[in-house]
Amino acid sequence: MALTREEVEHIADLAKLGLSEEEIETLREHLSAILEYAAILERLDTDAIPPTATVLPLRNVMRADKPASSLPQADALDNAPSTAEGYFQVKAILE
Amino acid sequence: MRLHELTIHGALELLRRRDISATELTQALLDRIVDVDNDIKAYLTLTPETALQEARKADELRAAGTDGALLGIPLAIKDNICLAGVPTTCGSRILESFVPPYDATVVTQLRHAGAVFLGKTNLDEFAMGSSTENSAFFTTHNPWDLTRVPGGSSGGSAAALIADEALGAFGSDTGGSVRQPASLCSIAGMKPTYGRVSRYGLVAFASSLDQIGPLGKDVTDCALLLNVIARYDPRDSTSLDAPVPDYTTALRPEIKGLRIGVPREYFAAGIQPGVEKAVRNAIQVLADLGADIAETSLPHTEYALPAYYLLATAEASANLARYDGIKYGYSATDAPDIWEAYRRTRQHGFGAEVKRRIMLGTYALSAGYYDAYYLKAQKVRTLIKQDFDQAFQQFDVLVGPTSPTVAFRIGEKVDDPLQMYLSDVFTLSQPLAGICALSLPCGFVSSPVCPVLSPGQGVGTAGTGRKVRGMANGLPVGLQISGPALGEEIVLRVAYAYEQATEWHTRKPKIKEEH
Repeated sequence: MALTREEVEHIADLAKLGLSEEEIETLREHLSAILEYAAILERLDTDAIPPTATVLPLRNVMRADKPASSLPQADALDNAPSTAEGYFQVKAILE
Repeated sequence: MRLHELTIHGALELLRRRDISATELTQALLDRIVDVDNDIKAYLTLTPETALQEARKADELRAAGTDGALLGIPLAIKDNICLAGVPTTCGSRILESFVPPYDATVVTQLRHAGAVFLGKTNLDEFAMGSSTENSAFFTTHNPWDLTRVPGGSSGGSAAALIADEALGAFGSDTGGSVRQPASLCSIAGMKPTYGRVSRYGLVAFASSLDQIGPLGKDVTDCALLLNVIARYDPRDSTSLDAPVPDYTTALRPEIKGLRIGVPREYFAAGIQPGVEKAVRNAIQVLADLGADIAETSLPHTEYALPAYYLLATAEASANLARYDGIKYGYSATDAPDIWEAYRRTRQHGFGAEVKRRIMLGTYALSAGYYDAYYLKAQKVRTLIKQDFDQAFQQFDVLVGPTSPTVAFRIGEKVDDPLQMYLSDVFTLSQPLAGICALSLPCGFVSSPVCPVLSPGQGVGTAGTGRKVRGMANGLPVGLQISGPALGEEIVLRVAYAYEQATEWHTRKPKIKEEH
């Protein structure tokens, strides 16, 4: 299955991933080849097969609703490129 | 024997007899790293000062009569596992400046056991790769042949260990990332059952598959390391609250009557003849030890690769959405608005393979393709798991090659992602099924031709009468032993029995010409 350039750009947009012209073309080729290979899955009839999202027998793991210490604010912000008044700082998202 | 050549169990014996100190041992490892790591490039970050502090503390504790499961043992940690205060880059530009404020649970457990941390080892960026060539910083070299890859993604950990730059190491395995480099470097490496080991503090790649695993110079060391990290962790809601045995009690060389299955799909076309021969010989050794060997089938093996790449990349595309340049890591500062800032941060912060996988995973999850790719792959995952469930009704363990080939040349597969993905063709199914598996050394394939190296690489060339470094024994082959969920003990027992009957694990590469 060959991807078009527009499809690659659409996926990159969904993934918030900037790509150069060269990267778009290389990815188009590589992803097309990988998806072509993945098409062998179509040989399997899986209509009656349930999907496996996790191998674990666990469901809805709960813990007691007890307060406990967490990372201090200063530590949590320490790696941030930009902070202000104890918050992560981002560029304006509204005009 | 020089101190850096010790196994963990060998070193513990000497430490407990007070024949050596943890400080001496740690210094010996640090000296060894200085001596050889310019050639191997296994470490991304070294922490000599804190390592020596930890070693001195271990000596004080021992002098005061305290012991610990790993008291004074110097270890290497893959650089996607958090050590508080030490950079954790994941081999990525996007985390180049990231310093975690907390320890991974595994690291906390190792600290309690008295371990010494030498540093952080190289990996394919975000553990995505099979050669360490996807590291944003440099490629690690295989100590058996410096022109070849050590495997990946935990290639730094495996190379450090076989080069005697650590006594034990940890990696993470999502689709073979502990076992395949263990195979290519001649080390014992284990992927535990999903949920057996906490993932808290392991940087997430594919959350339903990722598992931290130990690498050891022998099977006993693997068991000692697993003993420390196998535990339920309330901080990881996918960790299993199951009893933890003492894995060293599994180390009995008795496998008479054990039922061992050999999946015929693991000897399919594409496997190198030398690899097949070594693995067949290993299976004969197991038969000679009294195991009942029979051929079996895992009929959906060929579908594991596409299913794995769709599921792992889908999970990765979600996990890696957190790298937005706001909370930590690289941030593009030249963007006019926040949307462009995201795009530029991720464009410049991620390398080619990571971008490829984010794109593939995003595609597999996107509207219109979800059923055809992601859901389809989840259903195939069920079939792969059922293959193993059925096989383990008949067999205690399954054996086969870990990797279809020996270590390949640096650069050989970088431009062909599918070829690179095929390196993991025998190690992808076990994580999909959530079961445990171990790779251990089972032979060597002599290199057909010694590489002709350009001058300036610092490596002796063939034909000059000098020994070519790392070429003495050829290239290692790994035997993979897979067991059912929580079957670590039976896997370790078979591995130990094989190891006791052979000497592959005692072979070491000649990294420097001996003076």
